[in-house]
Amino acid sequence: MAAIDISSVGKIYNGGVRAVSDINLDIKDGEFIVLVGPSGCGKSTLLRMVAGLEAISEGTVKIGDRVVNEVEPADRDIAMVFQNYALYPHMTVRQNLEYGLKNRKTPREEIDARVNEAARMLEITQYLDRKPRALSGGQRQRVAMGRAIVRKPAAFLFDEPLSNLDAKLRVSMRGEIKRLQRRLGTTSIYVTHDQLEAMTLADRLVVLNGGQIEQVGSPLDVYHTPASTFVAGFIGSPAMNLVKAELQGDKLAIGPSLISLNGYAPTSGAVTVGLRAEDLRTTSASDGMPFTVEYVEELGSQRLAHGLVGDQALTIALSGEAEITDRMQLTIDPSKLHFFDAGTGKRLEARALAKAAPTLAEPVA
Amino acid sequence: MAYTTSQPQPGGFLSRLGFGAGARKKPAVAAEEMKRVQFTSPVLPYLFLFPQLAVIFIFFYWPSVQAVSSSFYLEDPFGFGSTFVGLSNYTDVLFSAEYQSIALFTAVFTVLVTFLSLSIGLLLAVKADRVIRGASTYKTLLIAVYAIAAPVSGLIGMMIFDQHVGPFVKMMSYFGWHMQVGLNYYDTAFAMTVVAVWKQIPYNFIFFLSGLQNVPVSVREAAMIDCRSGLRRFWTVVLPLLAPTAFFLLTINVTYALFDTFGIIDVMVKDKPANNPVTLVYKVYADGFRGNDIGGSSAQSVILMIVVFVLTIFQFRFMERRVHYN
Amino acid sequence: MYRIRFTDHLILILGALFLCMPVVVAFMTSTHTAADIHSNGLSLAWGDNFIATYEKVLTQKGGFTGDITGARMVMNSLILGIGFAVGKIVLSMLAAYAIVYFRFPMATLSFWVIFTTLLLPLEVRIMPSYQVMSDLGMLNTYSGLIVPLLASATGTFYFRQFFKSVPEELLEAARIDGAGPFKFFIDILVPISRTMIAAIFIIMFVYGWNQYLWPMMMTTDESFFTLMRGIKSILQVWVGSNIPDYNEAFALAILAMLPPVAIVVIFQSWFIKGLTESDK
Repeated sequence: MAAIDISSVGKIYNGGVRAVSDINLDIKDGEFIVLVGPSGCGKSTLLRMVAGLEAISEGTVKIGDRVVNEVEPADRDIAMVFQNYALYPHMTVRQNLEYGLKNRKTPREEIDARVNEAARMLEITQYLDRKPRALSGGQRQRVAMGRAIVRKPAAFLFDEPLSNLDAKLRVSMRGEIKRLQRRLGTTSIYVTHDQLEAMTLADRLVVLNGGQIEQVGSPLDVYHTPASTFVAGFIGSPAMNLVKAELQGDKLAIGPSLISLNGYAPTSGAVTVGLRAEDLRTTSASDGMPFTVEYVEELGSQRLAHGLVGDQALTIALSGEAEITDRMQLTIDPSKLHFFDAGTGKRLEARALAKAAPTLAEPVA
Repeated sequence: MAYTTSQPQPGGFLSRLGFGAGARKKPAVAAEEMKRVQFTSPVLPYLFLFPQLAVIFIFFYWPSVQAVSSSFYLEDPFGFGSTFVGLSNYTDVLFSAEYQSIALFTAVFTVLVTFLSLSIGLLLAVKADRVIRGASTYKTLLIAVYAIAAPVSGLIGMMIFDQHVGPFVKMMSYFGWHMQVGLNYYDTAFAMTVVAVWKQIPYNFIFFLSGLQNVPVSVREAAMIDCRSGLRRFWTVVLPLLAPTAFFLLTINVTYALFDTFGIIDVMVKDKPANNPVTLVYKVYADGFRGNDIGGSSAQSVILMIVVFVLTIFQFRFMERRVHYN
Repeated sequence: MYRIRFTDHLILILGALFLCMPVVVAFMTSTHTAADIHSNGLSLAWGDNFIATYEKVLTQKGGFTGDITGARMVMNSLILGIGFAVGKIVLSMLAAYAIVYFRFPMATLSFWVIFTTLLLPLEVRIMPSYQVMSDLGMLNTYSGLIVPLLASATGTFYFRQFFKSVPEELLEAARIDGAGPFKFFIDILVPISRTMIAAIFIIMFVYGWNQYLWPMMMTTDESFFTLMRGIKSILQVWVGSNIPDYNEAFALAILAMLPPVAIVVIFQSWFIKGLTESDK
């Protein structure tokens, strides 16, 4: 077990394409880090550089106290779980688990002990003598995990390990990975494009976009204070509403409606405002934001109403029983508003955040 | 040993031409990316390549270069050296009436064999793809003779067309056609073509059938909804999807008719090529090996090499545009 | 739904008859005596000379020097077929491994050097090849029969395509498990190529077994004759004889086609897979 220190790491492919640039990340011993972002954001490349499957073009990667830039993947003391499992199809489950240990000349009794322990932990003992093709997707996934566990590595690297599984299995395997990681306490880096998976697994989330880090933080930090419109739109479901608006003194103009901010305005002029669907409330007062409903998605426990404020799309989340009419008035607690620079998309901190107690937005007279 | 990544490398020109056993159905898409991760080692790849390269250099490049060089020399029949004669081997060959008539026969033979074996193979594949009852029996029967060697087919053909015992000859004589295979030029040509087509049908059948079965069921069903006429569906939907297979097979069949029919021809002309039709390859062999005309034979080899090369480029250039690769 | 018509079956039946009848006729006729064939023509009925004919073909010493039997020719054909198939697999697997799994400066050049051989069939360079063999003193040897035929890229092509279809993660997982180039090849790549190797083996065996022109030129010593070469010489003897040995010629043809036909029928699915799916 070890800490992983990624400093100023970048990847430039032959031909000059830059996949990753200037990544700095201190991963503590035993921490579960999730790299999340859309496809092509460089998350897999970063993971593969840590694994040693991609050459590191710039910067250094340290595992423990050792710089591993030039170290063979087999000697980095890591284990990796692949998206398509990458089990050796001609070997039995047991042989798959043993292969890495055998190559390291681990003593026979030690191999048996570790394989049996891992098999018990993953409940695959009865499959040890089967070939991978005789296993279901979930079982193969367990074997792939087992192959990582028996190695007792300093770090686990997961490359979208659950994306080949169906939705239900994905949820249960997700829980299992979390449980195992807690139990073993092994430092882990996990790559996914699924924000829900990222939220539920991570000690710390690293949101990547275009080869750069957008934000690092605990799942709730990232959820509640997204550092940019990109993060705001990526994390959370339904995605945060992002609308163009204008700050006029202490008032916020969204289309035709004005919201009083009670001193929360961070700046003035054009901004992008983020509103979480669940933070929006309906009001019976006639002077909220006028919202025209276009269609409703029923999720059972929730109803998602999609529609327009002015000419901008907006989604609100209401409780399962809430009544929805074609035209509604919306209101929001100004402290729940997120402000982003209209040009750069970076977060603007509300000035009054510390002093003012949250009050309901007062409709503008 | 270090461990590096690679960038995409240009794939082989040849594979894109649809050459070789591997480039079956999709001749134009063989230029895939290489492995993302590869080994690097100063010695190992050369070590692994060495046996193959050694064999190729000794038994392919050396003879090929020799063919080109000896085509410019006149070899003394008794082995006392050779004289440089420039292009005269080529002019002798190209202006000889015999060579010209053989070249003409080769062209006609190639076109006939390619056309007939492709169309019969396609017809059988389309039918075999449709039937359900007995499908596997038909399939087995239709491909069973696939791997019979050319000289064996030639031998069987020779018997079927034998003047004394051949059933086909007997049958034809009722219609007033007294075949004299081996003696009459056209009768021999007819028999050779039939045997050559017979031998090649199973090959085309296999590929067309596999091509047909690779047409996704959903595409067929969509076509079924969009178009009522089965024949029209075949022409407008299935055949375009088969085009890559057909293109590949065209190359293979032309190569087959030009070169692989040697065994059939050698057996069927019974060592008496004088008044019988033969192909250019047979002449290369006959002049060089039997006639001991090394220079002339080499010049013919080089001409054939050029023909193969031009044909390849030609086929690729012209066919590529009309073929829908899926 | 498409309705299957009577004509569909008719066409298939005619096609099957056209393709298979000559073989059936050849086999049936081979069970008659030469005189019987000479007077009655080819036959579709079973004769009573089966054992005599095949025994004679397999064991009687024939040829000009009289030291070659049918059995010997079968053995030579087997040696050529198996030797060629094994040699092909070993050479082309190694070469394809180097080309697909290694990064080295000469990779593209090597690829070209190997794949250019697909352009020119043996037939067009037959004379100079013969000269080279004669210079190397390899006429009338098994290695002279087999090795020059290995100078083509077909097998390399098959394996290259196959290796490229092997998931990348397998190599990556093996690297993390501590496998180097040799270990990866032996422990992972060869075992997962087993089906491919088997398919290529039978394809190449048939190819070697069916060789005609090359053995005909390379072997003048009758003890090296293969079945294909034997067919040639039985026809040479034939010219000018009163009652040709039709039955023996047919029996030889049946022996020569037996392994290829059996392989194609028995390993049908493998064979088709190996042929048509090598580009995946």
